[in-house]
Parts: sequence; C-alpha cells; structure tokens
Amino acid sequence: MGSVAARAQDTIRIGEINSYKAQPAFLEPYRRGWEMALDEINASGGVLGKKLEVIARDDNGNPGDSVRVAEELMARERVALLFGGFLSNTGLALTDYAKQHRVFFLAAEPLTDKIVWQNGNKYTYRLRPSTSMLVASVVKEAVKLKKKRWAIVYPNYEYGQSAVASFKTLMKQAQPDVEFVAEQAPPLGKIDAGAVTQALADAKPDAIFNALFAADLGKFVREGNTRGLFEQVDVVSLLTGEPEYLDPLKGEAPQNWIVTGYPWYAIHTPEHKKFVEAYRKKFNDYPRNGSLVGYSALMSIAAGLRKAGSTDADRLAAAFSGLKVETPVASIVYRPQDHQSTLGAFVGRTGLKEGRGVMTSFTYIDGAALQLPDAEVKKLRAPD
Amino acid sequence: MTLASLAVQLLNGLADASAMFMVAAGLSLIFGVTRIVNFAHGSFYMLGLYLAYSLVDRLGATPWGYWAALLLAALPVAALGALVELTILRRIYRAPELFQLLATFALVLVIKDAALWYWGPEDLFGPRAPGLAGAVQVLGRRLPQYDLLLMAIGPLVFALLWLLLNRTRWGALIRAATQDREMLGALGVNQAWLFTGVFALGCFLAGLGGALQGPRLPANLALDLDTIGTAFVVVVVGGMGSIGGAFAAAVLIAEVKALCIALGTVSCFGIELSLSRLTLVAEFLVMAVILVVRPWGLLGKPLALVRAASHHEAPLRAASQRERWAAMVLLAALLALPLLAGRFPYLPVLMVEILVAVLFAASLHFLMGPGGMVSFGHAAYFGLGAYAAALVTLRLQWPMPLAMLAGAGTAMLAALLFGWFCVRLSGVYLAMLTLAFAQIVWAAIYQWDDLTGGSNGLVGLRTAAALASPLAYYYLALLCSALGVYLLRRVIHAPFGLALRAARDASGRAQALGMDVRALQWGGFALAGLFCGLAGVLFAFSKGSISPEVAGVNRSVDGLVMVLLGGVQSLAGPLLGASVFTWLQDLVARETDYWRALLGGVILLLVLLLPGGLAGAWRRAGRPGEGA
Repeated sequence: MGSVAARAQDTIRIGEINSYKAQPAFLEPYRRGWEMALDEINASGGVLGKKLEVIARDDNGNPGDSVRVAEELMARERVALLFGGFLSNTGLALTDYAKQHRVFFLAAEPLTDKIVWQNGNKYTYRLRPSTSMLVASVVKEAVKLKKKRWAIVYPNYEYGQSAVASFKTLMKQAQPDVEFVAEQAPPLGKIDAGAVTQALADAKPDAIFNALFAADLGKFVREGNTRGLFEQVDVVSLLTGEPEYLDPLKGEAPQNWIVTGYPWYAIHTPEHKKFVEAYRKKFNDYPRNGSLVGYSALMSIAAGLRKAGSTDADRLAAAFSGLKVETPVASIVYRPQDHQSTLGAFVGRTGLKEGRGVMTSFTYIDGAALQLPDAEVKKLRAPD
Repeated sequence: MTLASLAVQLLNGLADASAMFMVAAGLSLIFGVTRIVNFAHGSFYMLGLYLAYSLVDRLGATPWGYWAALLLAALPVAALGALVELTILRRIYRAPELFQLLATFALVLVIKDAALWYWGPEDLFGPRAPGLAGAVQVLGRRLPQYDLLLMAIGPLVFALLWLLLNRTRWGALIRAATQDREMLGALGVNQAWLFTGVFALGCFLAGLGGALQGPRLPANLALDLDTIGTAFVVVVVGGMGSIGGAFAAAVLIAEVKALCIALGTVSCFGIELSLSRLTLVAEFLVMAVILVVRPWGLLGKPLALVRAASHHEAPLRAASQRERWAAMVLLAALLALPLLAGRFPYLPVLMVEILVAVLFAASLHFLMGPGGMVSFGHAAYFGLGAYAAALVTLRLQWPMPLAMLAGAGTAMLAALLFGWFCVRLSGVYLAMLTLAFAQIVWAAIYQWDDLTGGSNGLVGLRTAAALASPLAYYYLALLCSALGVYLLRRVIHAPFGLALRAARDASGRAQALGMDVRALQWGGFALAGLFCGLAGVLFAFSKGSISPEVAGVNRSVDGLVMVLLGGVQSLAGPLLGASVFTWLQDLVARETDYWRALLGGVILLLVLLLPGGLAGAWRRAGRPGEGA
C-alpha cells in the first residue's frame, strides 16, 4: 500500500484517527499540535523530498468506527501509515488493525498498558507515557509522604482500574504496611460528588489517591473543598496538572497536591520556549498537553520516515525501533523491547498563581526510568 | 459505617434527587400532554447550565445579579423549546407514534455542536453561589449550604407544579389533555397553544434544573446524554405523566445511589463486592425491578388511548410481481457490486457496514412494526451476539460457522429471557424495560473484566481464512443479511406473523379468537433477538475487535433512527433507513468538522419533508391518495 502512495504523487499521505467530537477538550489542542508540526515539516522541505499530508478522521469515540475509518483511509485515501487514538478501546482496536493488516500505527494518546504489552505488535508504537508509567512517576513521592491509610477514587473504566491496580502493587512493594481504607469507583462523567466525597471522608484516610479527570475532577474538587475533605490529607492525583483539567478549576484549583501534568508556563529550555512562542503565534492560545502530544507525534513520524527512507510498513516499523526524536520537552527514544517511547512525566505540586492553578516545584522524570525490568516486559509481551 | 454518616449520606441523596426531579418533571409533563418522547430534554438541561455560566459571567458580580442570572438562564431555554414546538414538532404530531423521537434526536446533535461552537470544548465551571458558598455542620460532618437550598427547591417546585395543575384553569386543561386530548379539542380548546405552552414549561424546568447545577458542576458537552437517560428512568419509575411519581422516583433512585456509595466495598460470603461500581447501573436496576412489579411505575396509571395515534395500520400486502422483480434486480446488482471494487476499494467495506445495519434495523422493525413493541434496548442482542461469537472464537477456538450460531443463539436466549418480562408491559413502559435490560447487559459486559475485557473489549478476532479478503466477507454479509431479511418477511406473511399483527391491532379480539397474545409477542422477541444477534456476529468479525459500545444505548438509538427514518409501516422502509443513515454518517463525517450538526440538520429536513419516513414518501409518490 505504501508503495502506491509513494508512487502516486509528491506527497506522503498520513492517516489520523481520533475522537475529536467525543473528547474535544483534549483533542482540539492535540489537532493544533500536529497541524503546527505539519506546517514546520513542510516549510523545511518535507520528508524524503516530499511534502506530508495528514488526512484526519473522526471515529466518534467508538472502536467499530475506528476500524471503519482506518479501512477507509487505507483503501480510499491510500495513506501510508496511521496515527492517533485517544481512548483505550479505540487505541486497542487500531493496534489490532495494524497487526492484522500490517500497517504502521503510532498510538499518540491512549494510555492503556495493553497497547505495548499484551496486545503489542510489530507495527504499533506508542508516544505518550502509559498508565503504569504515570503511576510509577508519582509513587516515589507518595511513598515519601509516609502515610499509612489511603483512600482511593477513580473513574470506573480501564484507565482508572489499571491505575489503581498499579498504584496498589507499587505501594505495597515500597511500603508494606500501607492500608487501603476506602475505594470509590464512580461511573465516568457521572460522579455523585457529594456522596463520594463524604464516603471518603468517613473512612478517615491519611492520604488520597485520585485518578479522576475532566468534569468529574471539577465536581470532586469543589465538593471536597466545601466539605473539608482535603484538609489534613495529602492527595496524589494523576493527570490533574494537565492544563486541560487544571485550568477549568480556576481559583479553586487544589493546592499542594502531588500531580502529573504539563507546566508549559515554567519550562524554560530554549526548545520549549520556541515551541510555546510558535504555538501562541499561530493559534493565539497557549499549548495544552494535547498540543505537545500532537506535535511530538507527527515529528516522530517525520523522523521515522527519514530513518526508514521509505513509507513501507515493515521498514518503518524497523526504523522506529530505537528511533531518537527531539520533542519540545525532552529527547525521547522508542524502546525496541516494547515500542513505548521514553517521553516522561512532569511530577510536581499544585499551587495557585494569579487566581489559577499551576504546577510548582516540578521535576521531569524520564520515561526510561519508569519502566518495568526488561525480563518482566518480555513476559507480558508476545514476540512480534 | 455509623448511623450519623448514613444519615448525612441520605441528605446528600436528597440534594441529588432535587436536581433529577427538575429535569424529570418537565419531561413527564411534556410526555403526558403531547406524547412526545423528548430525547432532546437533556440538551435543554445542558443549555441551561451553559447559559447560566455565561450570564453569571456578565451579571454575577453582585449577589442579586448572580441569582437573577440563574433564573434568567432558564428563559431562553423555554423560548427555544417553544420555537422548536412551533416550527418542528407541530408539523409532525400526526405522524406515526415515536416519529417525533427522530426530530428530537436530530435536535440533540444540532444543539451539541452549537454549544461546542459557541462555548468551546473546555469544561466551564461557574463560581460558587454568593451567600451559600460554605458548609453547615450536620452530625459532625460538613454539608454544603447550597445542597440545603437544592433540597428545599425540589419540593418547592413540586408544590408549585401541583398548584398549577390542580388550582388553575390552565392546569385543568393540561390534565384534561393528558387524559383525552381529542375530547379537549372537540370542546373548543386551542390545543396548539396548550402544547406549545407545556413544551415551553417543560423546557423551562429543564433549563432551570441545569442552571441550578451551576455551582455544583462544570458545564460540559457530555451532559445532554448523561442526563436524558436518568431523566427517562425517573419519569418511567414514577409513572409517565405523574409529577408526584417523578418526585418519589427521583428520591428513590438518588437514595439508592447514595446508599451504594456509602456502603462502598462490602464482603459477602467471602466475595468482595464493590457497591460503588454498581452506581453505573443503579437506576436501571431500580427501573427493572419496579417495572416488573408495577407495570405502570410507582404512581402511574395505564395510558389513556390517543385516538389519533391508535388508528389501525393498513395491512401489509405481499409483494407484487413488480416489486419481486425489483428485489431480484437489486440483489443481482449487489452481487455484481464487487466489479466496481477495483475503482472504489472502500465500497465493500462500507457495504458490509450497511448490510449489518440493514439486518439490525430489519430485526428491530420486526419487533416494532408487525410486533407493535418498541424496543429502546435492541443493542443488547446485537452486543450479546457479538460478544458470544467473539468469546467462543477467542477462548474456545470454535470454528467460525459454530461461532456464528453461538452468537445468534445467545442473543435469542437473552431475548427469550428479557421478552418474558417485557411482554407483560406495553407502550413506553415496555420500551423502557427493554432499555433497562440492555443497560444491565451493557454494564455486565463493561465490568466483567475477566470474561469480556471490560471497557477495552475483546481484541484480535479473526475470520476464517477463506473470508479474510474484504470481497469474500462482503459476500458473507450479503448472504446473511439477504437471508435474514427474506426470512423475516416470510415470517411476517406466515400465520405466525398474521397472528402477531392481529395481536398488535386488536389484542382483545385476538384473545377472543383463542390466540395467546403474550406467547405470540414472546415469539416475536425471540426471532428479533436471533437476527439481531446475527447482525452483531457479522459486525464483530468484520471489525476484529469489539468493546462494550456494541451493546450501548447509542446503538439502540441508531437502530430506532434507522427504522423511523425509513418508515415503520413498510417492510422496505427500515432497509432503506438503515442504508441511508449509515451512508450519511460515513459521508458527512468526512465533509465537515461539524458533522454532527449537519447530520442532525439532514434528519430534521427529512422529518419535516417526509413525515411518513422515506418509504412513506416513496409510496405516496407511487400511489397518490394512499397517505401515510
């Protein structure tokens, strides 16, 4: 298929599939991210002497449609490769599509570990840190708190469940006397925040592990503040530092929580400053985490195409193994052993600045430091 | 858990109940009077919340401004409701039952995209209510002051509605319209304005309900569908058209949820059971139990017949010679279609999608049309078919033909089980019980990680090697779909189908003739489930991976849209509706970013131009004088 597209004209066509309408808060900035990368790549002459062209499709947040638009992109638009995905289930469906049809697929957003482990395959690589990497990035800080009684709250679907499972395992390893005194799993997007907050408070925990995000997080934070849940309690919270989720909380953003996120306002490396400035100039807005992911995804693809020297799926898959890419925040490598990139996580504390939530005193933890030992990865992942 | 914490949890439940009641009361009023199942009610609620956010932003600097903004937010929503009633719904009151559902479904799509366009994708969280930002101490725990206000507002709105309905002339008219709207019309009451007024009032309540949530939750674009499901459940559990029932149901459901959360994880006979996870389906479990025990909800009564809608449908004719020829030509064209695959390589893929949709819609139509039983939960059989086939293939390595049988058979068994309960109800209650079962199936699939893979679903399903190419699979789908449609047609014209139609049109007479109406309907469920399951199997193998979405409420709604769009009264209608809807979805999604609104707009246009569905228009064009 790749050879057809390559022969066709002087462009390399790339298919992009995402749930733009179902998850607009994250994916609009993401789209802008890859649009900006696309402009930069083409302005500097393209790749392999050809311009890149991205054809994006909406999958409506449902795996059946993901597969259909993938087939449409391959058959009708003759794209050379695919990237995208946000939800775990659409991401997995595309991962399997890539395996079945021998198409190269770069999973940009989806967090589930299965994309690189149980369902990992030769043709699929993933950019964003996985659920278990994100959890690993905060566990060190969580252990430092030396709290015994933990309460847990998470959205009732794969991301929440596997985040909690990883958290419990890692905590028990690092701190054998840890106790989990309450566990709440509200349905995604439909938390009864008052009742959940109160149930957590009644368990009298020393600390809380939270995996809620988006509207659920907003409701939880407001109820928790009103009901005093967070006083005297430490909170470790995944994703909360991402501007997508922190900014809607405005002045009520939680303080001193341990979070992962993207403090775009405080990363002062030249590469990142350039990225932020270009983004602001182009869109008159500041970048979100999604923007960074979208930008880095297309930049990775360009790097992969250059290294492969071709759009052939097998050669691309081979080229991505060990591929080094410079992203605005760090230099990353796509690991040969499980195809996961070493894009890491910013871990820090939340604070308030000029009436809005920010991450303070954060550090960047490289993704390579957040991995399971290779032997264990090998057990989890079927050979290609 | 202590008694004190339980007490405070029950108070939390009351605050949530108030919010639920506001939305449900409006929905119930609208249904009672106009018989419209207003699918867009959640969208009006969402609009109320967004408008409140914007108005508070402008006026909310002072406490007076803040509260005025909350109240003002509901007015444009009411006005929009009135406008919708005047310009769209009024034109289609005479259309077949439930056809209005199609229009309100289109509105959901349009309103969602309009909100995205105007307010943007980010969640918008308004400020706290001035004067009620803090908490009060209750039994050693802090309860938000604003929750106390909500607890008071619910009963207050209930009381005002009661006064309106029972102590004013307008209220008397509404009650009269609920019982017998033709008689009311015959007495010289202008029904048109009554309907507009009630619709606006219902939307006002939805808008106000949304606006009042401003201090508690961020405005976001998922609220419409999240709300409408719960609101329907509250209305049905309470009894359609009963405001008191809606209040009781809202309290019941909110308290059950609060209790689930309060109990958290419990150990029972050594098994850890997470009740907090149960909140995913708590309301549907409550509804299933209530409807099985009380077929008309807590305080509802059997629905009065609406004369206009209960006219007998023209008996279905067997296909004429010409139509048979047309069908043969169509089949020949479909068989020859792969000749085009060289030029249009995507065609076989899209055609498989359409053929699966056709079989799905045909099976739903069999239940809705000849069976006279509307199902809001048809996706359950689709999903069970898909999952059963996938599981026996992946876990037991059954060959594909056996897996297909297993999928269709499992779906049929489920239809037999659910149908046994459903045929004891009728009308919207039956429809909602099917929805409850479907949601329970969905939740089981969603939560049973070890078996179903949870929310990720099952991945890596492969067809038999001979069917791996798109063309081969297309022929399999064509075979199954054509055979399914043909068999369903045969059944409809066979004695069983004739009896089923008799039972639908005149249940009493059918019984007098010695027919076992319930057994007939039960059989209808089984057949519909069987073919729907087969559609699910075809879907699963064509995709290679499935997730709980295959049994989700969206798919059930899609099925309804296909059948209604095509036209319930004809046999070809649903096939046409399924093809057009699937093709449209594929087409418009490529053409614009706002494809949802465009799809909604196209459906609205079709609804207004062709109130008998696509097939109705066809028939009218072909034979003037035989209206829909």
